[in-house]
Parts: sequence; C-alpha cells; structure tokens
Amino acid sequence: MSQPASAAVGTAKSNWFHSKNGRKFTVILAFSILPMLLLFVFTYLPFGEMVKYSFYNMRYVGARKFVGWQNYIQLFKRKDIVGSLLLSLYYMGGAVIQIVLALYLATILSMKAKASGLFKGLIFFPYLINGIAIGFIFKFFYTRGFVLDTVLQWCGFQLDNLPYWLKDQSVNNWSLVYSSCWRYLGQNMVLFIGAIMSVDDSLYEAAELDGANRFQQFKYIILPSIKTIVTLNIILSITGSLSAFEAPFVITGGNNGTGTFFVVMNKVAHTDQKVGLASAMAVFLLVIIFICTLLQKGLFKFLFRNATTDDESSAAKKAHKLAAKAAVKEKRLAAKGGK
Amino acid sequence: MAAKARVQSNKIKHHYSVGFYIWTVVKYFSLVFFSFSAVLPLVSCVITAFKTDAEYKSTNVMTPPVSWFNFSNFAKAFTTANMGNAFKNSVIVLIFVLLGSILVGTQLAYVLNRFKFPGNGLIRNLFTFAALLPGIAMQVAVYEIMTNLHFVNTLYGYIIMMMGTDVISIYIFIQYFENLPTSLDESAIIDGASYFTIYRKILLPLLKPAIVTVCILKGAGTYNEYYCAQLYLQDKQTLGTVATSLYTFTGPLGNQYNMICAGVIISFIPALILFIVCQKQIYNGIAAGAVKG
Repeated sequence: MSQPASAAVGTAKSNWFHSKNGRKFTVILAFSILPMLLLFVFTYLPFGEMVKYSFYNMRYVGARKFVGWQNYIQLFKRKDIVGSLLLSLYYMGGAVIQIVLALYLATILSMKAKASGLFKGLIFFPYLINGIAIGFIFKFFYTRGFVLDTVLQWCGFQLDNLPYWLKDQSVNNWSLVYSSCWRYLGQNMVLFIGAIMSVDDSLYEAAELDGANRFQQFKYIILPSIKTIVTLNIILSITGSLSAFEAPFVITGGNNGTGTFFVVMNKVAHTDQKVGLASAMAVFLLVIIFICTLLQKGLFKFLFRNATTDDESSAAKKAHKLAAKAAVKEKRLAAKGGK
Repeated sequence: MAAKARVQSNKIKHHYSVGFYIWTVVKYFSLVFFSFSAVLPLVSCVITAFKTDAEYKSTNVMTPPVSWFNFSNFAKAFTTANMGNAFKNSVIVLIFVLLGSILVGTQLAYVLNRFKFPGNGLIRNLFTFAALLPGIAMQVAVYEIMTNLHFVNTLYGYIIMMMGTDVISIYIFIQYFENLPTSLDESAIIDGASYFTIYRKILLPLLKPAIVTVCILKGAGTYNEYYCAQLYLQDKQTLGTVATSLYTFTGPLGNQYNMICAGVIISFIPALILFIVCQKQIYNGIAAGAVKG
C-alpha cells in the first residue's frame, strides 16, 4: 500500500533535485558550507565561549569556578589595565598625524613630481615587512648610541641630552607610535593616492588651464573627492588605537609602561593563564569597539546624508563651468592666432 | 580688451611665480625627508649586516662596512635560526592557505552574488560583523578550540585556521563578480551547463585579476603573520615560519645585531622581490580592499 506512495515521493525528490530550484539549492549548500563552518569554528564559537569564560575563574586546563561579574569588576580595579586604556590616546594622536601626513604626501605625489614612483615605493615598502623583523629593526634603531642617536648627533644634538628612547617613560610611547606610523604611513598614502586618481583627469586639466593654483586644486577637487575615505580612516583609527598591539608587543614587550590593553590581555591570558579575566578584557573591548562602530555608522550617515547626490551634481557643475571657460579661452586663443 | 588681458595673464603664468619655486622646494624637500625617514632604519640594518663582529663592536652603526661582500652574518643567521626549514614551512603554509582561501572565497562570492536565497543577507552580515572582532582578542578562546581539535603544534591546524575567513578577499571577489555580466551564466544554462560548470569553466577563469590581487595581499599577510604562528606553532626549531624563526635571536643572542640584521634582511627579501615585481597590483589591491569600509 505504502510502496507506490514512497516511490512517488522518491521520484518527486529526484525530480526536485534535478529541477532548477533543486540544483540551485545544491550549489548554494555545497559552496557555502565550508566557509560557514570555518566562520563558525574560528569566530562565532570562540566568541560565545569567550563570553562564557568571562564569568569564570579558570585556566586553560583544570577546574573552573563560576564567579559572576567578578572578572569585570577586577578589570576596573587593576591599575595596569586601566592605565593601558589611556595609552591608546598616544596611538590615536599618532593615527591623526599619520593621516594628515599621508594625505599631504598623496597630494604631492598625485600632482606632477619627478621620480614619484621611487618616492612612493620607498615610503610604502615598510608596510610589507613582518612584525617581528620590525621589532628587531626598531630595537636596534632606538638603542643608546645607535641609529637614531647617531643621526641626531649629525644634526648637532649631544648624546648626553638625548633620552633612552625605549626606557624613558616620557618618550617611549611616542617612540612606539613612531614605529607604527613608519610602518603604516605608506599604506595610508597609497590608499589616498588611489582615491585621488579615481577623479576624472579632465577636472585637473580644466582647473590647470583655468589657472587654479595647487592649493585651490587641493581644496576644490582633491578634498571633496576623497573626504569619504579620509573620514572613514579617521574613524577607523579610533578602534585601531584601542586595539594597538604590535609595536609594544614586539619592541618593548610591554615593559616600562608601554603595555597597551591587548598587550596586557595577552600576558594575562597566555603567561598568567587567567583566562577568565582575559576573556572579560576581550569582551569589554569588543563591546567598546562595537559601540564605536555603531556611532561611526550613525555619524557617517549624518555627515554624508546627501553626499552622493551633492558630490555628483557639484562636481558636474564645476566640471561644466571649467570646461566652458576652457572652451572660451581656446576660442579666444584661436581667434588671436588667426589674426 | 578682455582677450588681451587674458593673453597677458597667460604670459605671466609662463614666468613661474615665486610661490611656484617655493612650492617646488617644499615638495621635494618633503619627499626626500619622508623617503629618508622610511629607509633610514633599513639602511642602518643593511650596513650592520655586512660588518664583522670586531667591526660591529668598534665602529659607529652608520659607518659603512669595510667589505660589502662579507656574507658571513647571513650564513650564520640562516643556520642559527634554522631558516631553511622556516622557508620550507612558510612555503607550505602559503600554498595551502592561498589555495584554500581562493577556493572557498570564490565559491562563497559566486553563491552570494549570483543567487537570491533566504539567508544571503544574513551570511553577508555575519562576515561583516566577524571583521569587527580583533583577531588578537579572539585568540584567547580560539586557543582552547585549537587545543581541543589537537591543532596546536601542527602545520595543518595552523593552515586551516589561517584559511578561515577573510572578509577582504571575499569582498574583492564579490566586487569582481558584480562586473561579470549574468548573461554569461544565462547563455551557459541554455546550453545545458550545470552551476558548477559555470563557476569552474566560465567565471573562475575570468576572475583571474581578482585572484592575483587576493594572492598578493593575502600572501603577504600570511607570510608576515607571526602572532598566531608563535601561539600555535610553539616548536620554533621544526615548525617555525620565516617570521617566527626570528625569535631565535631574542635572549642570549639579543645583542649580536650584525647577525640579527642579516636575519631580518633574509626574512624580508621575498617581500622585497614581490614588491618589485608586482608593485602595481599591490597598490591596486590596497585601493580595492579599502573601499569596503
């Protein structure tokens, strides 16, 4: 009795599998299952676990004890943790300087300059060096009497007046910030050059024909076209500074008051094995970053609420105006030549 | 009248103004200054790497070496840090991570771009949110998972973890798919091709430029990755990658900078070669990856 029915279901099934929808379903499943699995195992599963750990007093192995909010309370009581959050201000300052410099260099390089490819390459290359190597390079660079001190002595400074760049707590965080800027300035610059280059060439030509000087070109053509990416970078630098890690980790190991939040977290997790506290730190920062991102999204929407339409129309208007002027000028010159 | 004034102002423009000269000086001064700052740490490293021990101890770091052909430090660094083995490991990791992420990335991008299905938006959002989570913070808990999977201290474990999902490459692939007209797919379907054939025979070959970009960006990132490598490949003598093999120079060897500099230079030579050969693609890749936001 039931046999024909199940056979019918069977054929229906195989029909469905060969139908357009069935084939679609198969390919979607086959192509997305692996990435989703990886995403789950290495991102969302640990994320959930981390939230759980943050309520426990535990090591990686051994007994775990539920402690409620204790880890979070401790987070605000430990001086090294609170102090490390303040360090991110140095990195924020560095990030702003870096963006301004990158913007300046990108502007220069996108206008006519001799050997611009060479300069661009030299400034960019540090971005491709691995973090550990950078650690050694800058330990060497800042060592007493070594590279930086020698160059400063060439400029007339006395060695006795120079600080210990990595030990002296009044400068060592700036030293680390410098190494981070050294590494990422070129990357920022290339990004901005890309944005500047995406502006239609005829705009620059028209502006130049019209006698616009460099500053006017920057203000009226370059800046409007890249304000989105610049704002984006400024905003990203906030979360970037909160999670500053590499420079102190590889250069000073977080000693002498250079331990940023993640450097302290790394030590708490893997050296002290206080996994619960480290998880609480991670969750705390993730929440802050998440809030920042939401604020950024809101701010971004607010800043550029009419941006696309505005940008296009004003750019188009300007282009038309400039083109019209250029045409008039050409006509006049032609008339003059004709005489 | 007006025409005359115009022509005159044009003439003036050809005798460049004082401002123009000042600007030129400022421009080249800035370029030279920042290029100098960028190469100074590297130049000092190169100088030191060619110095003998005696020379290194007796001369200033910026004094050029007696011989530019003294490669003994390079040989010493190479054997001390077991860099031959490290290069082998790095190449294995690179090959599998790149193959894996390209396969996974292009397939996911294909599905997300070409099919409307419930969950499409959700998958995109899951990936975007994942990009917000800083990797270092996550390792606190990933470490536990890696231990449970018995992935710690194995190359394949590290490779699978690194293959994991990298939003930028998926984003680059999706962007590329958007530029490939769907009429390609449609005509192939009429010819009776399966979705897999369309992906494999028609779209994948057309994705080549995007694949090159992702290879370069992800390749450089993987080659330079050191935090997870030192966490999950703890046996640095046998499982070290090029980046982590440099850890050999900490501790008692920490002040032999002539050897350390040689090791550092060896470690970034592959990146330098890549940069010289693929400069343009690298710049484009950075611009492409950044649009995301």
